[in-house]
Amino acid sequence: MPEIRNMTMNFGPQHPAAHGVLRLVLEMDGEVIERADPHIGLLHRGTEKLAEHKPFNQSIGYMDRLDYVSMMCNEHAYVLAIEKLLGIEPPQRAQYIRVMFDEITRILNHLMWLGAHGLDIGAMTVFLYCFREREDLMDCYEAVSGTRMHATYYRPGGVYRDLPAQMPQYASSKWHNDSEVGKLNTDRQGSLLDFIDAFVERFPGCVDEYETLLTDNRIWKQRTVDIGIVTPERAIALGFTGPMLRGSGVEWDLRKKQPYEIYSELDFDIPVGVNGDCYDRYLVRIEEMRQSARILRQCVDWLRDNPGPVMLDDHKLTPPRREEMKGDMESLIHHFKLFTEGYCVPAGEVYAAVEHPKGEFGIYLVSDGANKPYRLKARAAGFPHLAAMDEMVKGHMLADVVAMIGTMDIVFGEIDR
Amino acid sequence: MTDHKVENIAALIAERLGTALVSHVVDRGELTIVVRAEEILSVARCLRDDEQLEFSQLSDLSGIDYLSYGHADWQTQSATDSGFSRGVSDTEAVLAEDIPARFAVVYQLLSMQQNCRVRVKAYLNEEAPRIDSVVEVWPAADWYEREAFDLFGMLFNSHPDLRRILTDYGFIGHPFRKDFPLEGHVEVRYDLDKNRVIYQPVSIENRVLVPKVIREDTRIGKAAESTEPDA
Repeated sequence: MPEIRNMTMNFGPQHPAAHGVLRLVLEMDGEVIERADPHIGLLHRGTEKLAEHKPFNQSIGYMDRLDYVSMMCNEHAYVLAIEKLLGIEPPQRAQYIRVMFDEITRILNHLMWLGAHGLDIGAMTVFLYCFREREDLMDCYEAVSGTRMHATYYRPGGVYRDLPAQMPQYASSKWHNDSEVGKLNTDRQGSLLDFIDAFVERFPGCVDEYETLLTDNRIWKQRTVDIGIVTPERAIALGFTGPMLRGSGVEWDLRKKQPYEIYSELDFDIPVGVNGDCYDRYLVRIEEMRQSARILRQCVDWLRDNPGPVMLDDHKLTPPRREEMKGDMESLIHHFKLFTEGYCVPAGEVYAAVEHPKGEFGIYLVSDGANKPYRLKARAAGFPHLAAMDEMVKGHMLADVVAMIGTMDIVFGEIDR
Repeated sequence: MTDHKVENIAALIAERLGTALVSHVVDRGELTIVVRAEEILSVARCLRDDEQLEFSQLSDLSGIDYLSYGHADWQTQSATDSGFSRGVSDTEAVLAEDIPARFAVVYQLLSMQQNCRVRVKAYLNEEAPRIDSVVEVWPAADWYEREAFDLFGMLFNSHPDLRRILTDYGFIGHPFRKDFPLEGHVEVRYDLDKNRVIYQPVSIENRVLVPKVIREDTRIGKAAESTEPDA
């Protein structure tokens, strides 16, 4: 009789369902997985080491590129850490703007996740639907920061600039005629806040559309129900956070439990799952999108009524206005010092965490009193999730690996750093 | 987390850990405890299992290399007398006197029951940066310890699978140590003659665009206090 051996299979790094550059070495017994060994680091750029060689502000842009589908949330943790070290607090309007963009980012991330997860396990349409809404939210990014993804919008002491009074509009071209462009511009007649307001009005209906495609879909349920069950105790021990933890039924959300910025003043609910399987995590994320829209509405209302500064007026930290620089020697010196040397941060160490769309994103920052961080460690939400891959896929079929990668919401920018 | 609550937790931890605790400090509302590296495993078990603490989750584990802590490229103290020197000189970094050892492992713990965090620090000396693995206490430590080993060269006793994790297959050195150059030692390129990717010594040189300076700047935050932001 021939000897029967387990087969070792290589999954990725060039595989569309590997969400970037994941190499999985799978030990298979037939089509059942005995052991999974994720090899990561193919996208390791040494962000933390680079940050040690730059003034504090120059690393904000690097944070965008950690988890490159929830850019502003990464910035948020980094900026919070610096602010904690400096002992400053941004103006309230800046805090509202940050929370608003955190929630926009959460919707952006969950839409990306839903589209990709759907595509991975065989649902094509939902991907197109999700990207339709993502486009609008990216326009919001563009309106405040000038870029659609890597915004570098949050700064220690506030946000870079106030919300624009006029939402940028599309112009007609030889590919898009006037009537097409007119349709695109209907919501763009007013300010950015009007645009977000219109989005919030429309968005719950869009979520209903995604749900009609998936929630009761027989195939979707066959692929996700009872797949990758994690018990609450195990989820905590494995370091799970965010929807991965809440999907297992643990009610833990930093926005509620350790509120930062103005989350304590907002009204929203935290969805939790029951069974801890892929389907529950899907439901949790869907509900989170609805809750984010609720938060957006409250932020829009507040921001409309309360104009004010969005950045601290402390030019040892934040650059002076361009006009002031032209006539005021001191402003010119401040500007020069800030953009050449940066500011020195008092010695100490802090850990600042935010509820990132994927879980807890934390920045551990050590300063020795210099103008650069002494040590920066990013606690990526996806890192412990992927570490639990072996435990989660053991005994499942090969096709479930893809469902598992999808449900973890893996993005390699943050895992490999 | 209120300072009062942090102080209570600090007192409780001090009582439970006894001699394993070297020092504790509450700074900016965060509690940092320094423990003896040899006793990390018993400390970890105590922090997780004690009914009044219950640090059930290890949020993060990271290494630190304190080699150039407090070491600036420019001296700024006597600047007004002598003026700044313009060139950045690469002087030998010496470990600062108030740092007990070159390396440290930092554990960020979270207690969901108490809703509080604590940072546990254990210093490791340069000759043998070795510490017991806490994987059996918090399974989440598995990859974090692999990362610390990979980037800093710390060894974790009885870790189930201590391999490199983030760096390339066959990588030499520990890149996050302060004496490892930012540009690294080797670069890769595709060699047309050999028809494969080859490694060669780096051809780029790191230019310091902004020198590291340390200033006792007490003015930051003061302007913000005097002009209240109108909200």
